[in-house]
Amino acid sequence: MSTATAARESAPDVAKSRGPKFLQGWNMAALIFIGPAVLLLAVFMIYPAIRTVVLSFDNGLDNYVQLLTADPRFLSLRWPPGGSIFNNILWLLFYTGGCIVIGLIVAVMATRVRYERIIKAIVFLPMAIAATALGVIWRFVYSPDPDTGLINAILGVVGVDPISWLGNATFVNTALIIAGIWGSAGFAVVILSAALKGISSEILEAARVDGATEGQIFRRIIVPMLSLPISVIAVTLTINVVKLFDLVYIMTKGGPGNASNVIAVQMYQQFSARNFDYSATVAVVMLIILIPVMIFNIRRFRSERVVA
Amino acid sequence: MTFGESVAVEAPPRTTSERITRVITKAPIHIALAIVGLIWLLPTIGLLITSFRPASEILSTGWWEIFAGRLNFTLDNYQQVLGSQGMLNSFINSVIITVPATVLPVFFCALAAYGFAWVDFPFRDSLFLIVVGLLLVPIQMVLIPLVQLFSSMGVYGQFTGLWIAHTAFALPFGIFLLRNFFITLPRDLIEAAKIDGASTWNIFRTVVMPLSVPALASFAIFQFLWVWNDLLMALVFAPRPNGLPMTTQVQNLLGTFATEWHLLAAASFLIMVVPLIVFFSLQRYFVQGLLAGSVK
Repeated sequence: MSTATAARESAPDVAKSRGPKFLQGWNMAALIFIGPAVLLLAVFMIYPAIRTVVLSFDNGLDNYVQLLTADPRFLSLRWPPGGSIFNNILWLLFYTGGCIVIGLIVAVMATRVRYERIIKAIVFLPMAIAATALGVIWRFVYSPDPDTGLINAILGVVGVDPISWLGNATFVNTALIIAGIWGSAGFAVVILSAALKGISSEILEAARVDGATEGQIFRRIIVPMLSLPISVIAVTLTINVVKLFDLVYIMTKGGPGNASNVIAVQMYQQFSARNFDYSATVAVVMLIILIPVMIFNIRRFRSERVVA
Repeated sequence: MTFGESVAVEAPPRTTSERITRVITKAPIHIALAIVGLIWLLPTIGLLITSFRPASEILSTGWWEIFAGRLNFTLDNYQQVLGSQGMLNSFINSVIITVPATVLPVFFCALAAYGFAWVDFPFRDSLFLIVVGLLLVPIQMVLIPLVQLFSSMGVYGQFTGLWIAHTAFALPFGIFLLRNFFITLPRDLIEAAKIDGASTWNIFRTVVMPLSVPALASFAIFQFLWVWNDLLMALVFAPRPNGLPMTTQVQNLLGTFATEWHLLAAASFLIMVVPLIVFFSLQRYFVQGLLAGSVK
């Protein structure tokens, strides 16, 4: 028995005594399990990301100065304001807000009917569809020809002339954001609906007994109790907005002109035009915007680790 | 998580008059939800119907005439996109791209996640924090250097390059998701196996893997759909012109035939058919995977 114990106790010491100092304590098991992933991440993600940062500084700070102050395709402060970063902010406000509001309304209504599962599945369905297909679906809905485009057909019934929703700078962002909300609202519905089920019916009954109206219950009880899931949805959709590419690229390629461009599409356009250092600059700006979310994630993980 | 069972908060109505009262008070909700249902179904149904209509008729009558019962249907559009427009070839390419780009990440992520959960080594937690930090790095951050790197490796514009790129980008999320699942497995179980003399590898293979099928399935489905639906990586790394997956093929069709709806509609449904099958057959894992993937 004593031999076995001694052998077990001494095993780590043997492992520790081998190899260079920074590898001490690493054993074959650790290398086999995390080695491949660490190698892949280092070579194909971390190293390229560092190269991109270096590339963006190829001309010193020139690329950044140009992008942030002298590129109307990125940010134009002339009236009306525009540029890809401005459009991303529009998306952030109206797409994120729209998904949360619609998600809340649908989730609350759905809990009160027997076909809850069906309605939630219907709204969630677009989450399964490639943004490429989603883009075609909505190009069709917005078609300027009232014999093919559903919206112009409906407007035709009430005597409104057909509108080129995606070809008109006034409407294009609204049209895209509506398609985006249609694609993502199901995510908000499912999260909020799960959270709603966590609110005890006793609290709601008590409020009703005290004479609260349904509107008051919604604003004073349900919304505050949903603040955490709502913030989770907001963070998620914010990440979506910064990375938004497929839908805009498929539906308008950022057009007409630059009217509906977003940063991820602008990065790809610069990349395609072989302006590599400039496109790297746009990519770094995307990363910088995401850093606060990254820190938030790491903090959240650190606080959870205590539990684990 | 599924879409949730309807929780019966209210007692079932006892009399006919109670039932009628309830239907009337709930009428606004039913109407509102019916409108929501229509808004979320009609765009897709419209394109689906269009994909089966003769090209000559699509431009003269709307798909909604189906409600008047006077539309003709045909399979010609699908025949044409699959054949002369190369969608059959692209469908096969999508499979060739997606299967390894799902299997490889699941394998590497399971290995690493187990390492982060149950193997002791120095800097484990710091390394894991780096992985969490990498979750949000956008693909755009690596595109240019990866093109150069793949060129020098001789895999640029080859399926191999696309597999590598997708695998590397799947790692942070997959490791994060699976590690958080593995950590919930009972410590006693793993200790018991250790005492029985099982090697770390055998514990991983015979104890942890079988218990983790739901988590592995959620991640695999998420990754499968991510790659299947991907456009950006394919635009940059897919073999041209014969190795393009369906998303890039539709993108090409849009460039050439922006108003040839019979082709676009059929092509779009070919992209959608596999995800829809997954959606309806594996809904639980699907929703779980997508919700967990929201951190990506």
